[in-house]
Amino acid sequence: MTVLFYICAALAILAALNVIRQRTPVYSALSLIVVLCALALVYLLLGAEFMAVIQVIVYAGAIMVLFVFVIMLLNAGKETSRQRSRLARWLGVPLVTAFLAEILIAVWSQFPPVAASPPPPPDGSPAAIGTLLFRSYVLPFEVTSILILVAVLGAVVLAKKES
Amino acid sequence: MGTFSETTVLLVIVAVKIAFVLVFLLTAIAYLTWLERKVVAHIQARWGPYLVGPHGLLQPVADGIKFIMKEDIVPLEADRVTYWLAPFLGFVLAFLSIAVIPFGGSFTFRGLRIQAQITDVNVGLLFVFAVTSLGVYSVALAGWSSNSKYPLFGALRSSAQMISYELSLGLAVVGVIMMAGTLSLRGIVDAQSGFWHIGRVNTWLPHWNIFAQPLGFFIYFTSAVAETNRVPFDLPEGETELVGGFHTEYSSMKFAMFFISEYANMVTVSCLATLLFFGGWHGPVFGPALLQVLLPVFWFCAKVFCFLFFYIWMRGTLPRFRYDQLMSFGWKFLLPLGLLNILLTSLAIAWHEAP
Amino acid sequence: MVPLSHYLALSAILFVLGGAGFIIRRNMISVVMCIELMLNGVNLAFIAFSRFRGNLDGQLFVFFVIVVAAAEAAVGLAIIIAVQRNRDTLDLEDVDSMKL
Repeated sequence: MTVLFYICAALAILAALNVIRQRTPVYSALSLIVVLCALALVYLLLGAEFMAVIQVIVYAGAIMVLFVFVIMLLNAGKETSRQRSRLARWLGVPLVTAFLAEILIAVWSQFPPVAASPPPPPDGSPAAIGTLLFRSYVLPFEVTSILILVAVLGAVVLAKKES
Repeated sequence: MGTFSETTVLLVIVAVKIAFVLVFLLTAIAYLTWLERKVVAHIQARWGPYLVGPHGLLQPVADGIKFIMKEDIVPLEADRVTYWLAPFLGFVLAFLSIAVIPFGGSFTFRGLRIQAQITDVNVGLLFVFAVTSLGVYSVALAGWSSNSKYPLFGALRSSAQMISYELSLGLAVVGVIMMAGTLSLRGIVDAQSGFWHIGRVNTWLPHWNIFAQPLGFFIYFTSAVAETNRVPFDLPEGETELVGGFHTEYSSMKFAMFFISEYANMVTVSCLATLLFFGGWHGPVFGPALLQVLLPVFWFCAKVFCFLFFYIWMRGTLPRFRYDQLMSFGWKFLLPLGLLNILLTSLAIAWHEAP
Repeated sequence: MVPLSHYLALSAILFVLGGAGFIIRRNMISVVMCIELMLNGVNLAFIAFSRFRGNLDGQLFVFFVIVVAAAEAAVGLAIIIAVQRNRDTLDLEDVDSMKL
């Protein structure tokens, strides 16, 4: 079980590196789909079965399809790299690594690996999530539905051809 | 079984089930192509294949050999990675959803409880929808990677159609889920055992969801036919419209993979239709222990066969939808109808359970 | 039992990789994809916390994050389509008419 988490984590990190390294947008999108599916597996290991399936259906199966459609329709080709300053390249990687190390140190000191035994895992079934969603969180739910409506209208208006 | 650990025994059982199901499914798909050609031919007052083997029964074997021997042509400007990825992705996903489909009841064998299902997942139905959602990529990438007009248009139309009908597909089964109270496919079928009772009177009508959710079934089956790109919704791959649609530039084994994954999707959809609306493997069961185990599987296969025959029958009979008719049908008719179905079902359940 | 800090480490790595990609990439669509990567890192942190506190609230928050990410991706891509139609480029460096 724990081995599975490390395999999924390694897969996710490799795919994320691929997302930022690939020049062709389609390959970046495909790598991002791999990241999403690896994360869905990690959610399953954490007992969040409903969120795992929702991640695949909504994120990997709908949002990324939107990305792939737009990439195909706009005929996004390979990215060209213009002359960039050498200083930025030689400073960039160490600074990013320093930033990451800082976050990891903060996390590690706050949540040491040998903590007390955690409470029992919550019930991640659709019934439990639905109950919580429609009782305690019904206001954010309704607001989000209005948000999606506004987003759909905005997207249609922005992308329409002016005729 | 005392010498092996429990995990090993479990893994061996699952491996045997997977092998069994794969072999059965691949043979079934091969003979589904034969059945389709025969039935469509007879509808069109001709004979169909009858030269290769008696009644053309060896035709799928001949087709298989042809596919393997054919020259594999790859367009010059095609995008290598996605060109190779698309058919294999579609193939893998088409067979992945079979993993949660239950074929029959559970039985005990030498002290082990074995279910006639590769694995029972709590959110089995959502798992099938997740795999279906990912199947859109195979079509879209196939069309884009071929670097040619007809495949691109066919792929875009086909994937737009698939994602539009996924919505009504999901809404149609919400009524069934509300009645069964669970997302596990085995649980949904178990909720359909027995007979319908009016008050205390036993009408000898099986407790199948089709009698309670006729509208849901209509929406589900129409959306499923559109989802699998079959007639009357097969404009994106009709020969007279777009040459070959998204698989124009594919040949031999990769084309065969698209073909197989289309039929495997048909089988999955028919299996889901029987599980959700027609009681799965419930049917008259009698006789000795061996028959008790095999008869439910037989009833399940018989019901799935009826749906596949209906698919082929529609292909031989119905004309195609035009693309704009197709999209407006999905968005402006099926989607509101699905919402209406959820509303009516929830009202009925609330009234039924009111104190 | 995988400790909480390992999940948070994975979340931090994904977030930083997304942030780095956001700054490095020149194609507009890739930039939006790196934003999605960052959001996924955050989602993982939420679900890990939800597991280790025995509470479902983290998972509910992920639900809302996914929905908002969908809305933001839709609008972002619509803007990209509009920009591409007007300036015929998908390169961020070319959209600089407001630069000094």
